[in-house]
Amino acid sequence: MNITVKVFASLREDLGIDSANIRLSGEVTTLDVWKEITDKQPPSNLLCAINHQYVGFDETVRDGDEIAFFPPVNGG
Amino acid sequence: MHIQICPEAFDPWSEISDYPARSKMKPGSYGACSVFVGFMRDFNLGNKIQCLELEHYHGMTEKLLTEHAEKVDQQYGLLELLVLHRVGMIYPQDPIVLVATWSAHRAEAFKGCHDMMEYLKANATFWKKESLANSQHQRWVDSQIVVT
Repeated sequence: MNITVKVFASLREDLGIDSANIRLSGEVTTLDVWKEITDKQPPSNLLCAINHQYVGFDETVRDGDEIAFFPPVNGG
Repeated sequence: MHIQICPEAFDPWSEISDYPARSKMKPGSYGACSVFVGFMRDFNLGNKIQCLELEHYHGMTEKLLTEHAEKVDQQYGLLELLVLHRVGMIYPQDPIVLVATWSAHRAEAFKGCHDMMEYLKANATFWKKESLANSQHQRWVDSQIVVT
């Protein structure tokens, strides 16, 4: 399957990744996607979304999904 | 209901004044308007701040705000709800966010405005990177994340 990964804010700077298109096979979770883009451990306060919806790290990823990783939010 | 991410500065007072005429509300239908406006401070954590850059996740931010605005609208029986939020370079005293609610009576307008603003702070995908005055130093605000 082909997916798009996006990384935001301080995490983008830490990982040196803005976005990536990656190809994976088999059953894949959001945690597997994280491991695919970096060797680093996922921070305890890391947040994740699939197709603009917050999800956990055991969520199954499907072909064509957009996966995002980002730090805690701070608007307003 | 109107949700907008603004790359340019906006005037919250003219937005509030102009909105009823371009909304679905009929003149005389609302008895209350509750407003929250957030501005940029020139200080944070003991430092003088020169400016900040506000980043958002295009698509997700709009989706989250729209979905929650629909909930708030229904829960409190609002007549209208307006949310504007800046992104890009922001300077001290610039408005960052406007949340305004209109209803027949004050309680619903107050509660809806508060609920929408609290949701935005806790969930909407924005991040702030501030530049300290008299320094080259930049730092992310309240979104520290340690990657090892």
